[in-house]
Amino acid sequence: MFILTESLISLIKILAILFGFVMALGALLTLTERKWAAFVQNRYGPMRAEVMGYRFGGLFHLVADTMKMMIKEDFIPEKASKGLHTLAPGLGFFPAMVIFAIIPFMDQWCPGVSLPVDGRDLCFGFETVDALNAAEATAVATFEATRNYFQIANLNAGLLYIFAITGISVYGTALAGWSSNSKFSLLGGLRASAQMISYEVSMGLSLAGLLMIYGTIDVNEMVREQGTLLFGAIPNWGIFTQPLAFLLFLTAAIAESKRAPFDMPEAESELVAGYFTEYSAMKFGIFMIGEFIMIVFIGAIVSTLFLGGWQVPWLYSDGFHFTSSSMMAASSSGAFTVGELQAYVAGGAPDVSLPYWLVAFLRVGAFITKILLMIAVQLQIRWTLPRFRYDQIMNLGWKILLPLSLANLFITAVVLLLVS
Amino acid sequence: MAARTVVLEHGKRDFWVQSYLPEIARGMAVTIRHMFRFLTKQDEAVFTIRYPEERIQYPERYRGLHRLMLREDGQVRCVACMCCSTICPAECIHIQAAEHDEPGLEKYPRVFVIDELRCIVCGLCVEACPCDAIRMDSGVHCEPYTDRNRAFLDRNTLMKLGTQSAARQGGENSY
Repeated sequence: MFILTESLISLIKILAILFGFVMALGALLTLTERKWAAFVQNRYGPMRAEVMGYRFGGLFHLVADTMKMMIKEDFIPEKASKGLHTLAPGLGFFPAMVIFAIIPFMDQWCPGVSLPVDGRDLCFGFETVDALNAAEATAVATFEATRNYFQIANLNAGLLYIFAITGISVYGTALAGWSSNSKFSLLGGLRASAQMISYEVSMGLSLAGLLMIYGTIDVNEMVREQGTLLFGAIPNWGIFTQPLAFLLFLTAAIAESKRAPFDMPEAESELVAGYFTEYSAMKFGIFMIGEFIMIVFIGAIVSTLFLGGWQVPWLYSDGFHFTSSSMMAASSSGAFTVGELQAYVAGGAPDVSLPYWLVAFLRVGAFITKILLMIAVQLQIRWTLPRFRYDQIMNLGWKILLPLSLANLFITAVVLLLVS
Repeated sequence: MAARTVVLEHGKRDFWVQSYLPEIARGMAVTIRHMFRFLTKQDEAVFTIRYPEERIQYPERYRGLHRLMLREDGQVRCVACMCCSTICPAECIHIQAAEHDEPGLEKYPRVFVIDELRCIVCGLCVEACPCDAIRMDSGVHCEPYTDRNRAFLDRNTLMKLGTQSAARQGGENSY
């Protein structure tokens, strides 16, 4: 019975996050990006597809594009390696999807009473707080196990999982380039491999500073750590503690997504369409939507690691605390007595009191807002900056980003050593 | 005398310009400004003309589809002199001359076909015509043909666009 409910919950989480959010957003982005480009360039963008005289600003282009992809001839070049040619779009798409498994949309759900202790929400059992018997006030409060409702898989190796998956996402691209048996595709595939491997180095190194600060690689724990207050007032978000790493990681991540200004693998002005030159119909569509899902993923991972993830500034599980002094202080043993909790609850400590379900709602909303904001930033960058040349990309990756991320790592280490 | 050399003053590239970040911010400010101008004052911002519904005024000498001009009695003005088909660089005008029944008229084009897909819209046929019989001032686009054969416009089609010319027709009244 337990396994059945757990699998059912997992299934609902996967359906809701992957299909309800990621795929929907990815599909919507195909249209959004074209509209966005149009707005930046003072034109209307796609808007003519209509059903029964209604246009809704071009929303039906989604349907029209999908239908076109479905109906088009799926062409495989005569001398292509047919198996690999068919496999490659899947290999490119799969990592983009599974990588969402470790993105937390909210903290672990607390079925008991969740109270903030020095910026971290802890989950206590009901009876410990509600007990009115003064005799029990000195008893040690019990902790309640939290439920993992807002993250598909709560891996404690979270960040390593991200690196592993982004590492294998180059296979789809490289295979597509190689198996098409076309010079344009091969060049595109080679460029993709070189670019993604180069930028993965600085991508990983720029995050090492965060690992040192938060002391964990569990993604949800990292977000929880960002809820603590710096100097008792500023949220401890990654962008405040590691501003340089934020820029480095964002640059490297955009380069990983193979989009302009880093669109060397695609390079429509030089390589026709780069690694997917020989793809048509839905196979091409899968490459395309994989790229858009990469945008969503970059938005999600940047907001998780640097923008506080699901944290709303100064919002904790029982309401807003604008200073850390209104929260309970962490005890050295990690245990609390019932009396301490009762005193805290009776004291009306939060500056603004909110019910737990509303806090959860606000947190999910905040996370989605942050993702949308980062997607907007990426689209704006894509339509602002001109493309790099290939050698400039390699220069930027190896001669600028890599030394900077090493320097950032070194300085972080020195500062942490001096502080502790 | 030595050539005069003008040294152009380029903006100095200091550290901030070279670091690329402020320039990215400036570039993004430009694109964001354009975007908000589009979203708030759409009529001012957009240059797009929604073609089938909206049209711009074409310039007076715009070269559209060919047309064959008419005589006063409604017959074709062309005398099949072959000037246009001779000068046509795309060789898209095909004329078969025939003798006219009327004694006052010498020749007329029995067949007059223009292949609009080959036409390069240079207007040389109009320049070459000695009797103002062929013009390109119809203001009509060449439509997108799905069948190549439909792009061969024959005499009757071309005459449907035609009107009477103000120029005097050659012959006894022309002096």
